[in-house]
Amino acid sequence: MARVLINLPARAKRGEIIEIKTLIAHSMETGYRLDSTGAAVPRDIIDRFVCTCNGEEIFRAELFPAIAANPFIAFFTIATESGELAFSWTDDHGQTQTEIRQITVE
Amino acid sequence: MRSRRRFLIDSARLTAGAGLVSLVSFRPSWATPETMQGAIREVVGEAIVQRGKVALDLPPLVENGNTVPLTVTVESPMTAEDHVKSIHVFNEKNPQPYVIAAHLGPRAGRAQIATRLKLADSQQVVAIARLNDGSYWSDSADVIVTLAACTEQ
Repeated sequence: MARVLINLPARAKRGEIIEIKTLIAHSMETGYRLDSTGAAVPRDIIDRFVCTCNGEEIFRAELFPAIAANPFIAFFTIATESGELAFSWTDDHGQTQTEIRQITVE
Repeated sequence: MRSRRRFLIDSARLTAGAGLVSLVSFRPSWATPETMQGAIREVVGEAIVQRGKVALDLPPLVENGNTVPLTVTVESPMTAEDHVKSIHVFNEKNPQPYVIAAHLGPRAGRAQIATRLKLADSQQVVAIARLNDGSYWSDSADVIVTLAACTEQ
């Protein structure tokens, strides 16, 4: 499991616009670099990021090799209801890592 | 008779040519401003991309191309009737023209995304926003990169 940092308020007022910042530890290997023997380092990137709130998709992004290592993604959403925010990163090989955070909306 | 000037011009051409060859062999399938235009066409289709509404925020001078902060903000009320559906970012000179495609909706509240990208060379970066009425808006930024990314060891 890669290390993940997610920054969002634990509490928010209903209707408030909140910023969510995410970062995951990943090399985002482009496939264009050569190792010390001159062989190409195989491509290995995270190409999909999805954020859902209580199962409803609120943000989605397709990432390409031009995204820096340890991809950082920040976006906004309106706090509508308390519940679970799920963050999923999927890599080239189809492996997905999901992190859950709780938010209280009052 | 060959003048000194002629000799200098010829040798300069030769050096430039040799440099070009080594560049091509070292960097496979390099993107060009034309491939970026092609990639943009793939996303927007036949639609006209207008300038405005979008603000692409990038540092004008970057010391390390491996991680360059980028923010795209789109002027939009983000209501059900008038909102941004997606934000696309493209580059001219990385091996591939795509950077990110973000999909949002009225639920986002504010049409703004931030990320960090790699830049292989000094180049222009373009951000395009697609609105729910089907119109496309764009902004571009020129970045000077001192240490390139992607192919560095």
